[in-house]
Amino acid sequence: MSSIIEIKDVSKAFGGVIANQSISVNVAEGGITGLIGPNGSGKTTLFNSVVGHHPIDEGSIKFEGAEISKLKVPQIARLGLLRTFQQTRIYSKMNCVQNMQISIPHRNSGLLDMFRGHSPETSDRALELLEFVGLYSKRNLIAGDLSFGQQKLLEFAMALMNEPKVLLLDEPTAGINPTLINGLIDRLKLANEQFGVTLFVIEHNMRVIMNLADHIYCLAHGELLAEGKPDDIQNDQRVVDAYLGAH
Amino acid sequence: MSVSQKTFLLYAFILLGGILAPFVFPNYIAQFATLWLMILFALTWDMMGGQMGYNSLGNIIFFGVGMYASAVVQIARLYEVAEYTSHSGAPKVDFGWTEYLSGMGFGIIAGALAAIFIAVILGRIVFGLRGPYFAIGTLGAAIAAGELVGAWDYIGGGGGITSLPFPGTGDERSLFFYFALFALALLTFAFLKWLYSRRYVLAVNAIRDDEDKAEAMGIHTLRYKTVTWAMSASFLGMAGAVYGNMAGFIEPLEVAFPTITFGIFMVLMALLGGKGTLWGPVLGAVVFHIIKEFTWTHFLGWQWVALGMLIIINVAYFQQGILGWAQEKWPDFFGLTVDESDTREAVEEASK
Amino acid sequence: MDNISLLVLAPVLNVQLLVDGLLIGAIFALVAYGLALVWGVTNVKNLAQGDFVMMGGYIAYSMTLVGIHPLWALPVAVVVMFCFGWALYKIVIYRVVDKDLFTSLLATFGIAIVVQQVLNLIFGPEVMIAESGFEVGEYLDGGLTVSNVKIIAFVMALILALIVVLFMKQSRMGQAIRATSQNARAARIMGIDTDRVYAFTFALNAAICGAAGVLISMIWVIQPYFGTSYSIRAFVIVTAAGLGNLPGVIMAGLGLGALEQFGAFILGAEFQQAIVVGLLLVILVIRQIQQSRHRQVVK
Repeated sequence: MSSIIEIKDVSKAFGGVIANQSISVNVAEGGITGLIGPNGSGKTTLFNSVVGHHPIDEGSIKFEGAEISKLKVPQIARLGLLRTFQQTRIYSKMNCVQNMQISIPHRNSGLLDMFRGHSPETSDRALELLEFVGLYSKRNLIAGDLSFGQQKLLEFAMALMNEPKVLLLDEPTAGINPTLINGLIDRLKLANEQFGVTLFVIEHNMRVIMNLADHIYCLAHGELLAEGKPDDIQNDQRVVDAYLGAH
Repeated sequence: MSVSQKTFLLYAFILLGGILAPFVFPNYIAQFATLWLMILFALTWDMMGGQMGYNSLGNIIFFGVGMYASAVVQIARLYEVAEYTSHSGAPKVDFGWTEYLSGMGFGIIAGALAAIFIAVILGRIVFGLRGPYFAIGTLGAAIAAGELVGAWDYIGGGGGITSLPFPGTGDERSLFFYFALFALALLTFAFLKWLYSRRYVLAVNAIRDDEDKAEAMGIHTLRYKTVTWAMSASFLGMAGAVYGNMAGFIEPLEVAFPTITFGIFMVLMALLGGKGTLWGPVLGAVVFHIIKEFTWTHFLGWQWVALGMLIIINVAYFQQGILGWAQEKWPDFFGLTVDESDTREAVEEASK
Repeated sequence: MDNISLLVLAPVLNVQLLVDGLLIGAIFALVAYGLALVWGVTNVKNLAQGDFVMMGGYIAYSMTLVGIHPLWALPVAVVVMFCFGWALYKIVIYRVVDKDLFTSLLATFGIAIVVQQVLNLIFGPEVMIAESGFEVGEYLDGGLTVSNVKIIAFVMALILALIVVLFMKQSRMGQAIRATSQNARAARIMGIDTDRVYAFTFALNAAICGAAGVLISMIWVIQPYFGTSYSIRAFVIVTAAGLGNLPGVIMAGLGLGALEQFGAFILGAEFQQAIVVGLLLVILVIRQIQQSRHRQVVK
C-alpha cells in the first residue's frame, strides 16, 4: 500500500517545551493507522500539525505527494484531509440535519454556490448518514442538547458527510458508554471499508486500537518510540515501559 | 385556515398597514419613517451579530459612508464639491424632479458601492479579531470614522453639508421619504427572507457556533464573513443615502456616524427581539421604537438613563429576546421535537 | 506640521511633553491595571471603566464645593466606589459573568451610558476641575513647568498601585483572587467562594478607578462624557501589554501618556480622542499580525 500522508522529521516546540521531535510517520492509503502514547506525548500536537492548525518548526508533511505544511486549516480540509476533535465540536445551536447539511464538501464551491438552495440529494445523504450512526430519531433536535456520546457520533457523521480521503480521529471512544464502543468500532471499520476512507486514529483504549488498526505508531515524550503491527506493539517492552512510567 | 394562508394574510396586513399608515396618521409620518429605518438597522445588524456571531458595534460606519458618498455624488453632478461645501448655505440653483430623482438614484447606488468597498477593506483589518476584540475594534473604527470625516474639509469637515433642496412641498417631502425608507426596509426583509433559505445561512450559523470547527470542515470562512459584511453594508449604505437627503443636513458625529445612538440601537433592537432569527429584529425594532418614542416624550431629560437601563435589563435579565423566549416556551411550535420512530423506513411507512 | 519644527527648535519642549505625559500616564496605567484585574479574574470586559473614573472625579469635585481639599476625597472615593462596585456586581454583573463575552461587554456599556447620563443630569455638561491650590514648580531655568499637584498625583498613583499589589500578594483575599483567575473551577472545588471573589474584584476595580478619578480631577479636567476615552485608553493599554503583565501595563500606560501628549501637540488638542482610538486600531492590527504568524486569531 502506498502512503497517503507522509510525515517526515517533523518538530514542533511551544516556547521551550518540545512537543514533537523529528517524528516520521506514514499513513497507508485505505488502511487504519493508529497513534498511541501516554498523556502529553505529543499525539494531538502531531494531529494539529498535519491539519495545519499551527505551523511546524521543521520537517515536511505531504498529502498525496504534495507538501501541505504551509497550508492553512480550511485549505487542507478542502483537499480531503479532515479531523475530529478530542473535545467534540459540533454546531451547537443548529439541529442535527443542519449540522449535516453544512458539512458537505466545499472543495469546488465557488462564490455563488453560497446562494444555492439545499439539494434533495444532500438532505437524503444527511439522513442516511444519521441513520448510519444511529441518530436518525434525534435529527430535529438542537445538536447542543444531545449527550456527549451522541455529539461524538454526530461529529463522526458530519466528517463522513464531507467525503474525506483521510479522517483523523482524536480519541473517538473517549467518553462513550463502554457498551456502545463495539458498535462504534464496527462503524469505523465500515466507514473504512465501504466509503474507502483512510483512518488515522489517536486512541487510549488499547483494546479498541489493537482491534481496529492495522499499523500502530507509539509516541513518548514527543519522540517516536516504536511502530509496527498491533501484535508487535503489544509485546514491545519499550511501549510497555512508557505506559507504566518505567525508565 | 392553513399556515400559508395565515402567512399571506400577515404579509398583506403589513404591506397595507405600511402603505396606509402615513395617510391615517399624518402627524406621525416622521416616526413611522424612522421605524422602517430601525427595522432595516436591526435586520442588517443581525446578519452579522445574530446569524454569524460577529457582534459589531461599528456597523453605523456603513450608514455614514453611504450618506457621504451619496451626498458627494449628488452634489458633484451639479456643483464643484469643494466650493459647495465651503459655502455652508450652498449656491442655490433651481432644479426639478428629474434632476433630484436621478441624482438620488445615483446617490443610492454610490452609497451602496462605497459601503461595500469599505466593508471589504475593513473586513481585511478586523476579521482576525474575535469576540470582544471584534466588538471593541469595530467600535473604535466607528469613532475613528466620525473623527476622520470631521477633519476632511473637502466634504464639509465638522461643519457638515447641506443636502440638495427637495423640489416639492413639505408634505410631499415627508411622504416621499416615508415611502423610500418603507421600500428599502421591505427590500431588505425580502432579500434576507430569501437569503436565509439558502445554503449560505447554514454556513454563517456554523461560523457563529464554532468558527474553528467550520474552518476544520473546509468552509470558506473569510469569504462568508466578507460577503456577509458587504451585504449588510450595502443596505446600510443605501439607507444612509436616503436618510442623508431626508435629514437635509449631513454632519459627521450626530447624523452620519451616530455611534452612541443609532449604532447602539441596532444592537439593542436585535437582542430585544431575539437575535439569529428573521422576525426577531423586526419585532425588537417595533417594540424598541415604541419604548423609545414613549420615553423621549414622557421622560425627557431621563431618556438616556432609561435607554441604558433597557440595555442592562435586556442583556442581564432577558438575554434570549422575545422570540427566543417564545421558542423556549413553545418548542413544539418551532419543530424542536424527538421523532420516536427510530429508522427511516418506519417514517416512510408511516407517511404512506 | 509646524509644531514638529517647534519641537526640534526648542528641545526643552520635548522634555515638558514627556514629563507631562509620564505623569498622566501613571494614572492611565492605574486604571488599566484595574481593568486587567477584572478582565483576568471575572472575564468581564468592563466598558464602564472610564465612567467609574469620572465618578471618582465628581466625588472630589463635590467635596471641594463644600470646602474640603480634594486629596481628602481619595479615601472617600475608594470607599464609596467600592460599595458601588459591589452593589453593581450583585445587581447586574453576576447575571452576565458566566455568559458569552459580548453580553458582559454590552451590559457594562449600558452601565456606562447610565453613569454618564446621571452625572450629566446632576453636574451638567460643563468641564470641571477640583481646585487643589498647589503651586506650579519651575525647573530647567523656567523651561519646564510642572505643577506640584501633578507630582503629588503621580506619587499617589504609585502608592495606590503598591498597596494593591501588596494586597494581591499578601492577603487571603488577594490569594483567592489570584487562584480564581488561574482556574475558577479548581478554586471552587478547593472551597473558595468564587462569587464573593468576583464581587470583591469588581468592587476593588471600581475603588481603583474612583481613586484614579480623584487624581484626574485635580490635575486635568472631568466631564460626564470624558469617561469613554478613559475606557478606550485602558483597553489600549491592556491589549498592548496583555493580561497579568504588571510591568507591561505600567510601561504601556506611561508610553500612552507620552504618546498622547506629543500627538496632541503636533496634531492639535481636538484630535486627542482620535489619537487614542487610532492607537487602539493600530495595536489590534499589530496583535493580529503577531497572532497570524502562529495561525491564531486574537481572542
